[in-house]
Amino acid sequence: MRIAVIGAGPAGVRAVETLVAAGHRPVWIDEAREGGGRIYQRPPQSLRRDARMLYGFEARKAEGVHATFERLAPVVDWRPETLVWHIRPQARRLSTQHQGRTQATVDYDAAILCTGAMDRVVPVPGWTLPGVTTMGAAQIALKTQGCSIGARVAFVGTGPLLYLVAYQYAKAGVTVAAVVDTTPFATKFAAAPGLLRGGATFVKGIYYIGWLRAHGVRVVEGATPVAINGTTDVQGLRWRGSDGREDLVACDAVGMGWGLKPEAQLADLAGVPFRFEPLQHSWIPECDTSGRTPVEGHYLAGDGAAIGGADVAELAGARAALALLQDAGQSVDAVRVAALDRALAGQQRFRIALERAFPYPAALAASVADETLLCRCEGLTAGELRAAAREDHDVGPAPEMNRAKAFTRVGMGRCQGRVCGPAAAEVLAASLGRDVASIGRLRGQSPVKPMPMLVPEATP
Amino acid sequence: MKLQRVRDANRPGIALTLDGAEIAAQQGDTLLTALLAGGAGSLRRSEFGDGDRAGFCLMGACQDCWVSVAGVGRVRACATQASQGMKVTRG
Ligand SMILES: Cc1cc2nc3c(=O)[nH]c(=O)nc-3n(C[C@H](O)[C@H](O)[C@H](O)COP(=O)(O)OP(=O)(O)OC[C@H]3O[C@@H](n4cnc5c(N)ncnc54)[C@H](O)[C@@H]3O)c2cc1C
Repeated sequence: MRIAVIGAGPAGVRAVETLVAAGHRPVWIDEAREGGGRIYQRPPQSLRRDARMLYGFEARKAEGVHATFERLAPVVDWRPETLVWHIRPQARRLSTQHQGRTQATVDYDAAILCTGAMDRVVPVPGWTLPGVTTMGAAQIALKTQGCSIGARVAFVGTGPLLYLVAYQYAKAGVTVAAVVDTTPFATKFAAAPGLLRGGATFVKGIYYIGWLRAHGVRVVEGATPVAINGTTDVQGLRWRGSDGREDLVACDAVGMGWGLKPEAQLADLAGVPFRFEPLQHSWIPECDTSGRTPVEGHYLAGDGAAIGGADVAELAGARAALALLQDAGQSVDAVRVAALDRALAGQQRFRIALERAFPYPAALAASVADETLLCRCEGLTAGELRAAAREDHDVGPAPEMNRAKAFTRVGMGRCQGRVCGPAAAEVLAASLGRDVASIGRLRGQSPVKPMPMLVPEATP
Repeated sequence: MKLQRVRDANRPGIALTLDGAEIAAQQGDTLLTALLAGGAGSLRRSEFGDGDRAGFCLMGACQDCWVSVAGVGRVRACATQASQGMKVTRG
């Protein structure tokens, strides 16, 4: 049986491990040079240092994933630096491009998509200035390049990564100007009983916040970002506190992020239906708890299926591979399946509490000021999208995201709505007076990322 | 935007150019690190007149760090390794 696994993060590594143990030799593809995915992304060889320094409390898990990756890569058909830019579910064929130069197609009987996630952002005036990055970007710079995004960095957003990245920066000796959390303390406090189920993960979260405060880092909760000051460079971050007063810190860089959202474009092209998941406040591809999608032969695992974090990704990768093997009529270890299912169900309860503790600020996204850039690829402001929603076009107003895209180019640019999509949906929904779930989502397009044209077919 | 080298900042040097100006970088840098730690400030200019850009996601998704490399073409600076002698122009 020809099996393809896309993604070599924690989910992909455990999926391939399970398939290899069952005697398969899958094609394994990642755009990155090496395995590890986002959380365990590795620096280039020349600045590799001990795992403890790079991954902190997660060092042992990182080493486990890396060691497994290194054992597996030589025994499967590992294809690094290869983008899967299209998937045809009926033909069961992937279109890939290696190093932006050579094309190849990969035929498969079954595929596991472990494509991970990216940051979810809310546009704030000044957010396209050089010096403003996503929270994930701030972490990648430090982890894989030994660099901070500035000398005096402010972080704004919400979610576990907010505190984790601020902690990692402060620990590396970077001045953290402020940590500005849009979630009020009371919201997090209310979720605490459920969070306790997270055990060590919860304790680490509390530790980061405590450490930051103990080291004199300013932590603000329940804040509303107002603007990132500067004309050619970042000069400061402005916000309104829960008491309504405006405040400002000077900084030369800002990291921003409000949780993550699945990178699910390939699942979309594979014909997997999506549903709006109210708790994550996000569109996610449909699959059962073992990763089976309604499209036969196609499985999902990890953050690309729904945001669950690295531990869930490892469990879900193994589980999806077992589901695939079961569906192919291979016998699998029932005890292992049951153990994975139990572990995943336990994690699920913690994730629910986490989503409640750090909700996506939908109202903030819906109220992005008219003159603020909403779509950074197409230079489109929130006001232009609102105008399109109101306008009576020949075919009526823009009642859903894809129509709005056709009218205004929102989400039509180089990132294909990965960055502006969630906020644009809130803006459109609010101006139509509709629920965000009812206005749809930007559909995935092929190629899933821009790529050079006229690339020759690789000679087999 | 100025990236600060906070760890492992003593790797062997490499030299490249951005729009003809010399940039001193280090082995193991991505093109984005090389340029933004080397003082480039920005990587491209928005086509819509709203100023300069210097990347955003650093994970190959946002496409806001496009630059051109002589002999290679357009690349994402965050997903490309810098190497000795590269001739780069702003995207
Ligand atoms: C920037 C960033 C930093 C993060 N840091 C942390 C952290 O410190 N702690 C934490 O708990 N969680 C962190 N997370 C959350 C993280 O996503 C998960 O914890 C974990 O990495 C999920 O594992 P995964 O295997 O599902 O996906 P990932 O680890 O995201 O792996 C997905 C892989 O698929 C590849 N891929 C995707 N699409 C394609 C395609 N079309 N073609 C080829 N390859 C493709 C990617 O290159 C990537 O290597 C971070 C997330 C991001 C985005």
